[in-house]
Amino acid sequence: MQRTDTAPKPVSMPKLSRETIVNIVVMAILLAVPLWASSIGEDYYVNLASLITIFAIAGVGLNFAIGQGGMVSFGHAAFFGIGGYTTGIAAFHNFEETLFMSMPFAVSGTNQMLIIWIVAMAVCGIAALAIGAISLRTEGVYFIMITLAFAQMIYYFAISWPAYGGEDGLSIYLRNELPVVDAESALTFFLVCFILLLGVIFATARLSGSRFGAALGTAHMNGTRLATSGIDPFPIKLTGFVISAMITGLAGALFAELNGFTGPSMLSWQRSGEIMVFVILGGVGRLCGPAIGAAVFVLLETYIGEWTEHWQLLLGLALLGVVLFARGGVMGMIAGSARHD
Amino acid sequence: MTKPVLEVKDLYKSFGALQAVKNVSLDLRPKEIHALIGPNGAGKSTLAGQISGWITPDSGSICLDGEDVTSETVAGRSRKGLGRSFQVSSLAMEVSARRNVMLSVQASQGSSFRFWKQTRSDEELCETAGNWLGKVGLGGREDIAVSKLSHGERRQVEVACALALKPKALLLDEPMAGLGPTGSVQLTEFLEEIRPEIPILLIEHDMDAVFRLADRITVLVGGAAILSGSVDEIRTSSLVRKAYLGEEA
Ligand SMILES: Nc1ncnc2c1ncn2[C@@H]1O[C@H](COP(=O)(O)OP(=O)(O)OP(=O)(O)O)[C@@H](O)[C@H]1O
Ligand SMILES: [Mg+2]
Repeated sequence: MQRTDTAPKPVSMPKLSRETIVNIVVMAILLAVPLWASSIGEDYYVNLASLITIFAIAGVGLNFAIGQGGMVSFGHAAFFGIGGYTTGIAAFHNFEETLFMSMPFAVSGTNQMLIIWIVAMAVCGIAALAIGAISLRTEGVYFIMITLAFAQMIYYFAISWPAYGGEDGLSIYLRNELPVVDAESALTFFLVCFILLLGVIFATARLSGSRFGAALGTAHMNGTRLATSGIDPFPIKLTGFVISAMITGLAGALFAELNGFTGPSMLSWQRSGEIMVFVILGGVGRLCGPAIGAAVFVLLETYIGEWTEHWQLLLGLALLGVVLFARGGVMGMIAGSARHD
Repeated sequence: MTKPVLEVKDLYKSFGALQAVKNVSLDLRPKEIHALIGPNGAGKSTLAGQISGWITPDSGSICLDGEDVTSETVAGRSRKGLGRSFQVSSLAMEVSARRNVMLSVQASQGSSFRFWKQTRSDEELCETAGNWLGKVGLGGREDIAVSKLSHGERRQVEVACALALKPKALLLDEPMAGLGPTGSVQLTEFLEEIRPEIPILLIEHDMDAVFRLADRITVLVGGAAILSGSVDEIRTSSLVRKAYLGEEA
């Protein structure tokens, strides 16, 4: 440690907050379990971890809208589904060797995940721009209902679109490809999802701490203050909504890859509810909250669902407990309430 | 005569059958403090709301620095140089005083569409905000959550937020309320200090402060500006005594 000034300065190690420690532990477990499972040849658990990771990404997207921007969207399944359908449609045309469209320019399918992700996020961004531009003129319960209504419209549109499977959805016969690595391998695919999860968590953390994040946070806390400071709330919130939708859309694209299938169920309002459950269970506005929420959800569904189809009752109780006794979700119970500076 | 910084012409506003603001015209010239007084419910805050853009006037116009801003948004008016504080303070309560002021500083520096650099480690932003808080007398209290500050201190934070916009005109709605005697003396001195640079439209019930600070006073009663004049004119006016000061005495 080098000191240039004469006055003795206390050398302070940046102290890890309790939440940071929890975050590290959660991520370490999420990484370690599939590594171990893969080493003993149990791909089932690897895929389970992939599912948790993908749901966590979807939750990180919604968490940015709810936690940072105060936009309680009950329609994020729309973006999850659009991401899924982008994957499905790209793979379908690639498989059939047909064109998605020929006018005004020809667009074919593809089996390249990187391209699919970019397209999925772009399409979600555009959809969110349109949905947000209308929905964000309302607040509170009306915002919840109008986002739900938009998602339902897209759901029914997908059902009544026979070219892409209608009610039956679309199968993706071969997993799409990534450069260099073999995405067919369960572990590789998990690692890709895991890195993307870390990426979106990091990105949303940076965004929240930026000038844009400060404005978005103030739009949530006190819109009057934001406007009085000379910043129009609407474009700030709309941008936040679009970013949130793009992240959830990426999760949708991965979900379709994992299942080798995309269908209207990805767009259903129950799905919107589930994504919201990840966020609320884990802790609204907490960086790794959605990962915890998704893990609790998937594990309950998998293990309790094995004994009884009434596992949702337990989920309901867990939610009730979290909402009544721990407003900060599971993260709030472990690490205390969120800190602001 | 010098060109007014803020010019309000023939403003009207009704809430249903209630005429809250009736044909009010007033202006604010450079280097002056123009006080707006009147009994409770006179329409002072409604007028302030119309000037800052929260309330759409039924008719009339508002000019800021020679530009008609009647159809501007609240944020637009703030950017064009109107700083204001509210009667009931309106701050982001969960975060620190500094954070609140930082937002104004960032707005005055341009676009908020900057996504990567962390505000926390933006020393210039943090320090500028801290300096404004120091100027309004909140040095040492910068990093306390607004929810933990007293009502008086919250007012000071609001004034710091308004100043950080580097406004051309300030609109302060009862900034002295809740400050206590020493607090209001301090704020009075401070407003005196900034007057040469930033003219102030001051809504205030504290008559000592008004008489000490104001260059001109406009009296609002029942939504109408019944009188406008110098401190002495207002002090001696029988009309004002009857309509307003009488209630106080
Ligand atoms: N949004 C509203 N809807 C209906 N009436 C309103 C509204 N806002 C204000 N009023 C009424 O308009 C009148 C003027 O209110 P205003 O708040 O402007 O008075 P004021 O002069 O600021 O009073 P005070 O000194 O108490 O702050 C009051 O009678 C009030 O009840
Ligand atoms: Mg008032």
